[in-house]
Amino acid sequence: MEMNRRDLLTIGGKLLLIASVGATFEQITGAEPAPDVYKMADHWWGMIIDIEKCIGCGSCVRACSNENQVPDGYFRTWVERYEVPEGGGNPKVTSPDGAINGFPLPKPVDVKSFFVPKLCNHCADSPCTQVCPVGATFVSPDGVVLVDKDYCLGCRYCVQACPYGCRYLHPETETVDKCNLCYHRITKGLTTACCENCPTGARQLVDFKNPKDPVHEFLKNNKVNVLKAYMATESKVYYNHLDGSVR
Amino acid sequence: MEKLFRDSGHLIRPALVLLAGLGLFMVIRGAVVPKGFGQYGHYRPGALAMVRQHPLSYAGHEACAMCHEEESKTRAEGKHAHVSCETCHGPLAKHVDDPVANVPKLPTVATLCVRCHEKDQAKPKGFPQVVSAEHSNGMACNDCHKPHSPKL
Repeated sequence: MEMNRRDLLTIGGKLLLIASVGATFEQITGAEPAPDVYKMADHWWGMIIDIEKCIGCGSCVRACSNENQVPDGYFRTWVERYEVPEGGGNPKVTSPDGAINGFPLPKPVDVKSFFVPKLCNHCADSPCTQVCPVGATFVSPDGVVLVDKDYCLGCRYCVQACPYGCRYLHPETETVDKCNLCYHRITKGLTTACCENCPTGARQLVDFKNPKDPVHEFLKNNKVNVLKAYMATESKVYYNHLDGSVR
Repeated sequence: MEKLFRDSGHLIRPALVLLAGLGLFMVIRGAVVPKGFGQYGHYRPGALAMVRQHPLSYAGHEACAMCHEEESKTRAEGKHAHVSCETCHGPLAKHVDDPVANVPKLPTVATLCVRCHEKDQAKPKGFPQVVSAEHSNGMACNDCHKPHSPKL
């Protein structure tokens, strides 16, 4: 068979094309999928809450209760209804059963009123972790305040230390319990139970270490606040449209 | 030099006691301090894995969409696009694990819709709200509205 320079180059080019397609195909199908290992160092979790979106339906409270088997009468998250009288004075704050069934049909009141969902603020510099005498509560490397049930003595120091009232003593285990930002969910790539079930998107789980997370734009474009900023706990739950009367 | 150590015999016994005490301390410490303590901070790293073991109750709307394609599509195109399936239908991770053995009940419309849509001054102004007693003349919500895409 005779072959001139042009034929050689054409065949060579075709072979090269086939080989490259084959290689890509193998990369797509044949290559082992990377094991889905959760790297704690790559995340820094928090939450943004938009007061202007909260409708006080209590879906978050029910979701949290179901997901984490929170005992009756105790809450890892709850919703408060604020009624703020004009010109100062103490606001009236109600939260019937933590708003697990929403709020009862309200009497029409002629004052400023709104809902405030609350949960553990997952402070980076948390007072609750500093007082634990046995190292049973701590901030994880990805920024979630957790409790080690096996090591908790039930001394309640942390319950008193939390400025936000987010901790309780579990009546059965007699160890401290609190919001763990659904750590079992977020480490699997899911969102928290409360954020999953918020019908208006008022609560959103955010990852500050993810450069693509919408939180960066959100914080840039909105005037946000944290609860009790003066306590310098470095709370990671940011509230948008938070009224000054909220404590 | 010899003089320095001449009367040092009585120091040996306390030294031995001290050594034995130190040995005992090391043994007890090794047995009591959990493995890896202090790796990330003043806590037991095993606790992280323990917390992660908690089972799921809510499977997430993406899991629902794997089978219930049509309902998911209707929902995604309607006003309830941002309402997750399990917000109304309840936690269904068990149904995802075994769809035949765990069949969920349909939610009760009478209590479900008003939880979000009952008129309340505290709710954001733009959110659709009705006074349920006056709105429907006693008819059920889903006589007119389809829950997956409620706009008439």
